[in-house]
Order: sequence, then C-alpha cells, then structure tokens
Amino acid sequence: MMTDQLEPLEEDEDMQSRGSTSPAVLQAAEPERSIPRFSVPESEKEHSRAPDKMSVQRLNFYYGRTRALKDITLSVTPNRVTAFIGPSGCGKSTLIRTLNRMNDVVPGTRVEGVVELDGENIYASGTDVVTLRRTVGMVFQKSNPFPRSIFDNVAYGLKINRLTKSRSELAERVESSLRAAALWEEVKDRLKESAYGLSGGQQQRLCIARALAVAPEVILMDEPCSALDPIATQKIEELIVELKERYTIVIVTHNMQQAARVSDSTGFFWLGELIEFNNTEKMFTKPDKQMTEDYITGRFG
Amino acid sequence: MHKRLIEENLNQIRDKLLVMGGAAEKAIMLSMRSLDERDSSLAERVIREDDAIDVMEVELDQMCVDVLVLKQPAASDLRFVVSVARTAPMVERIGDHAVNIAKHCLVLNNEPQFDAGLDLTRMSTKVQEMLIDGLDAFTSGDPEKARATIEKDDEVDSLYDLFYSDLIAAMGRDPSLVERGVQWLFVIKHLERIADYVTNICEQIIYMSRGQVIKHSVW
Amino acid sequence: MSSLWWRKLVNRTMTVLTGLCAVLAVCALFLILGYILADGIRALSIGFLVNSFKPIGEANSGIANEIVGSAILIGVGSLIGMPVGILAGIYLSEFGTNKFGTLLRFLIDTLTGTPSIIVGVFVWTVMVHPMGHFSALSGAVALGILMMPIVARTTEEMIKLVPDSLREAGLALGAPRWRVTLGVVLRTAASGVATGAMLAIARIAGETAPLLFTALGLNYLSTNLMQPMGSLTVRIFYFAGSPYEEWHNMAWAATLVLVTMILVLNIAVKILARNRHQQA
Repeated sequence: MMTDQLEPLEEDEDMQSRGSTSPAVLQAAEPERSIPRFSVPESEKEHSRAPDKMSVQRLNFYYGRTRALKDITLSVTPNRVTAFIGPSGCGKSTLIRTLNRMNDVVPGTRVEGVVELDGENIYASGTDVVTLRRTVGMVFQKSNPFPRSIFDNVAYGLKINRLTKSRSELAERVESSLRAAALWEEVKDRLKESAYGLSGGQQQRLCIARALAVAPEVILMDEPCSALDPIATQKIEELIVELKERYTIVIVTHNMQQAARVSDSTGFFWLGELIEFNNTEKMFTKPDKQMTEDYITGRFG
Repeated sequence: MHKRLIEENLNQIRDKLLVMGGAAEKAIMLSMRSLDERDSSLAERVIREDDAIDVMEVELDQMCVDVLVLKQPAASDLRFVVSVARTAPMVERIGDHAVNIAKHCLVLNNEPQFDAGLDLTRMSTKVQEMLIDGLDAFTSGDPEKARATIEKDDEVDSLYDLFYSDLIAAMGRDPSLVERGVQWLFVIKHLERIADYVTNICEQIIYMSRGQVIKHSVW
Repeated sequence: MSSLWWRKLVNRTMTVLTGLCAVLAVCALFLILGYILADGIRALSIGFLVNSFKPIGEANSGIANEIVGSAILIGVGSLIGMPVGILAGIYLSEFGTNKFGTLLRFLIDTLTGTPSIIVGVFVWTVMVHPMGHFSALSGAVALGILMMPIVARTTEEMIKLVPDSLREAGLALGAPRWRVTLGVVLRTAASGVATGAMLAIARIAGETAPLLFTALGLNYLSTNLMQPMGSLTVRIFYFAGSPYEEWHNMAWAATLVLVTMILVLNIAVKILARNRHQQA
C-alpha cells in the first residue's frame, strides 16, 4: 500500500532567516532538501469509500452467562488485511470465529447483534451456514491437515461440495490452490504422500491451500504463525500480502510487530471490548487512545 | 506499570542529549564572553571543546539506531527515538555556529576594538534562553513550552534585522570599519541561525509529544 | 552417595519385578495356547476339518458344519451388532454430552455386564418361542446384542480421541456436520474402532450359553438361517461333556481351530484398518 505520488513542496524557507533580505554570501551553507509531503493517491481514496466486505455492528457474544464480547462495531475493508491484537483472553479469537459462525458448534453460546457479509446478516435465521463457511474460510493456529495425502487434503473441500466435474479439473484446481499458497514447487512430486510428512510451515501452507481450493472471498486466520519458526512465519506473511489482492483477510495475532508488518487496519481488544480500531500506521505511531499506547509500548504488566 | 527493558536505553539517550545540549549552551556562552571581554583564550577553548560535541552526536546516532533494531519501539517511544536522531545533528550544528563565532572573535581581537554600539547581549541572552528552554521542553516532552520557545524566534529575527541595518549604516559612514563590521555581521548571522535550529528542535518536540508534523507550516 | 545407590537399587528391582509380572501374565496365555496346541494337534487332520459330524464309532467325523456355522453366526451377529454399536458410539461421542447421553451410557454399560446366558434366555423368549423353533437367526441376534455395547463404548472412546482441530478443519471448509463425523472423524478413528470390533468379536466367538437357547446345534451342514445351526463352542461343550476319549480329543482340536480362527480374523482386521497416515 505504498503511496506512489510524491509532490515536492516549494523550496523550503525554514532554514533561511525569516523576513530578511540578506545576501546569499551571509547565509550559512545549509543545503536544504525539499521535503516531500505524502499525498493520498486517487485509488486509495476510492478504496476507502468501497462498501465493507464484512461488518460487525453492536455485537455481543455470550458463553453461557459470561459476556465475552461487548458491543463490538467494526468493518472489514475488501482486499485489505485487518488485524486483531490484544492480550490473551481479550476476545479476539472469539470475534474472528463469529465471522464464519464457527462458534455455533460450541454449546451454550449466544450471539446478539449483527454480522454482515456483503451487506447481509449471517446470523439471520435461514442462513446457510455451510455456504457461509465456504465463502468465509479459516486457517487455524495449529495446522490441522487431514490424515490423508497432500492431494486429498486440498481436494477434500472440492469433493464434498462437488465443485469440479472431472478428475482433470480437480487436479487443476488442486494445483492452482497449491500454487496460490506458494507450496506447489515443494510438493508437486509427492502429492500422494501423507500430509504429515511436511514440516510445520508447509503444513500450514497446505491448510491455506485447502481453504483456497473452495474459492472463498474472505480468509480468516487465527494466529496462523504462532506455532512456526521465523522463516516459515516470514513466508506466510509474504503470502498474506500477496493473497490480499484477490481475497479479504482478517488475522488474529498476539505479535504486534506482525500486525504492523502485514495489516492495513488494526483493532486493539481488551477484556472483550474494542478499544481502538485504526489505520495500522497511525495505531503504531500515534494511537488515539492512551490504553492502546500503553499496550503497544509494553507498559502493561 | 513495571520497568520495561527499553526504559534504560531511552534514559541513556535522553541523558546524553542533555549533556550534549549543555555543552552547546556552554559553547555559546563562552564564545559571547570571549567577544565581550576580547579574550582569545576563551575562543580557543570553545574551538577545542567542539570535538566532544561532535563525538556525542555520533554516539547518539548509534544509540538511536541500536534501540530501533534491538527493541523495536512503537508509538511514543518510536517518536522519541526518531526525534532524538533528528535533534542531535541540530545541536551539533549549534555547536559549530558557536565555534564560528569564536573564530570571528579571534579575527576581531587582532583589530582595534569596534562594536558599533550593538547591545549584542540582548540577542545572545535571548538565544541562550531559547536553547535552555528548548532542551527543557525536550526532556519533559512539553509541547506548550516548545511552542512558546518557537515564538521567541521572531524577537531574535527582529534584533537581527535591527543590528544588521545598524552595522550597514556604520560601515557606510566609515569605510575603514568594513572589515570589522563584516565580522560582526557574521556573528549576528550565526546567532540568528542558532535560534532557527532551536526552532526546528521545538518542532520535533511537538511531533514527539503529539504526533503532529508541523514543519514548514505557518503558525 | 548411599542414597544414590539405594535409588538405583530400587529402580533396578522395580524394573525386574514389573518385567517378571508381565512375563507371568503372558505365560498364562502361552500355557493355554501350548496345551491347546499340544492336545489339539493329535486329532487334527484335513478330514477333521471338512467332514461333518458322525455319531461315535463311525469314521470320518469332523467339525465342518460347526466351522461354517460359527462363521455364519459370528458374521450375521456382527452385521447386526456392529452398525448399531458404531452408530450408537458416534451418537454418544458427538451428541451425548447432555443428561440423556449420560443415561444412555449407563444403560449401555449395564448391558455390557449382563451375563450372556440371560441374553440367550431373552432372545429365546422373544424369538425362538414365538417362532416355534430354534434358528441361526436368533443365535445371531443374541450374539449381536452381546457385541453391541462393547462396540458402542470403544467407538465412543476412539472418536473422542480424534482431536477437535480435525472437526473444525472439516467444518470450516463448508462440510455439514454429518459429513465431518463420518468422513473425517470416523475415518481417522477407524483403526481404533476396528480394534473395538475385534474385542467384541472375540467375546462373542467364545460364547456358548446363549447359543444353547437360540441356535442349538445341527449334525449336518446347513446355511439356512431359519433352522438351528451348529457352532464350534456348543460342539466343544458337547464333546467335552461326553464320556468318549475320542470326542475329548476332538474337543481339543476344535478348540485349536476356534482359537486359530479368531487369531486370523484379528490379524486381518488389523491390517485392513491400519493407519496409513501417522501423525509425526
């Protein structure tokens, strides 16, 4: 998201004396660069006016009688990465799981409020949860490939949803998903081998490929790198930045630097509340709330 | 709140900047005294002691880079470190201007005395006040004090204009004064530049505390 | 220093002791198998395996119809007991966290402990008596009832071992719950479920009492489910309780055959249901 128009300002007068007409020889030898001012390119301006891919409005979430999420309101911009940060137990994982109704399988949970995907409330009665979960895919903290071959893992979603008509189409889809997850080159010669033979980072990319195979529009990632070494983490972060061109991504991370590296917008959560939701650069250089500032600078015990 | 790892680094950086600022203050004071008292030994001292200021600038620069890579500061900590990295060279230039004043003093001391009736103390005191206030405001992160200090620059500029015309007039009346007069012109120019640098430092203070970039803007 | 020596001594002693006890336990098994082998091999012959029962004194007597009979009874019994047991196990593990599930679990456990003869009498009452005759079908039903609770409980335990993360992975891809349960969970738990099935089959393969009330026995080869059917266990009982030495020998041989059948079945199922994908 780099700005690509830099308008140079007029010659800087700051280093010259104000209001005087001293000859050039008396001026101190201070070569002054013109300081460029960042201007927001037109494409960015249009983007921020695009309708939200997903939005959460006054969401309250209950585990039995405990209120785990309090009045959450935020929006997820299409083709951008939105990050949720905050200490353990602040509700960020709970929130991301409401976006594809994964919390439905946990007994005793209750949702109040609205979660919208392309303007439609996914918690309305009559919502087809199965289709929802194909549109809003998920990658988990600990990679969880099925005990099958690499090929079968990626093909699973395609087969059960009957998304392909022939074996060759299936093989094509599997290959393109593996390519999109930056894993194809590493596994193309061993597609029939067990998925458990892959390293941790590769398994996680396999899970991403598996999720991509069913052509989702949104990809949710719940701390995808927390079980991975730094090199594997870097690969996945690079993948995330590539993927956001075609998908909308929401990521939960407990690593603030990761949020700073990959996300465009960040939400900071504390004890079930959304304390601040902001542009990532702003959040990490000059957050609006003192609490956010304290958390980011490590002033919390 | 608990003691964070980064606190020690930030404190060391802050302390070093203050020491550097103090040395620059002293350099200005000594160089003005050398002019007043026509004391070349003071001027030579200023020139010698400038090396220490240069060394501190390099050290501060390295300390800032180290903190950035090792501790990955964010938000207010980040703005502080970035501000110090920008301020240190400005303080070093202030020191250089003090050295230049001392050099002009050495030239003037070889000539018969001439001060064109300028009450330079008014200007130099103001400039020194600005520097002290500016460094104070940096330590305490006080944007109001920084803003007030920036406003004093106008007074310095007016004094500069006043003295400038007085000197031109004096040189016009008596051409034999020109060589000495030009030295004095340089001196008041250096003082005016010092005040400008202090202004830039104060703009950094405002960025540091509020995250507002106010460079190149008109108040 | 002496405490170190003491600890080492205790360690060594316990290691030896536990090893000894393990060997002892297995010894019992080997002794039994040894006796069976030694005594059974005497009367064992090809003829023994392919001939039908002949009264005492006649030559060429064999247990062919009992071998077939046991196979059919166990087979049909499994057909009845396994699906019910597996589905019951699935229900208990996936949906049985409420009070109803707890009750169900308790009742199933009770059934596990029910003496097999009572099950035999029960099936006699509801099937044999109304039908008016003994039948292989009622024998199979009795065996099915006996195996069902074992299969149910082991299936439940094996399914519980499948980590939730696999279920979530399936659900997150847009698979409906039943699909995840059958295709992902059951498939992953398959080898464990097969082991449970094996345990159940081993139990019913050795049952005699319920068959006495239901399938009874037959002196000739038959595959008709609506008629009585012979079985190895009943025949062994019959031979062993007779006064004839020749029949005693045949009892041992029949025991050997029965044990071998169970062993082969075990191995076959283990191979078929093995986990091809082991988690690292």
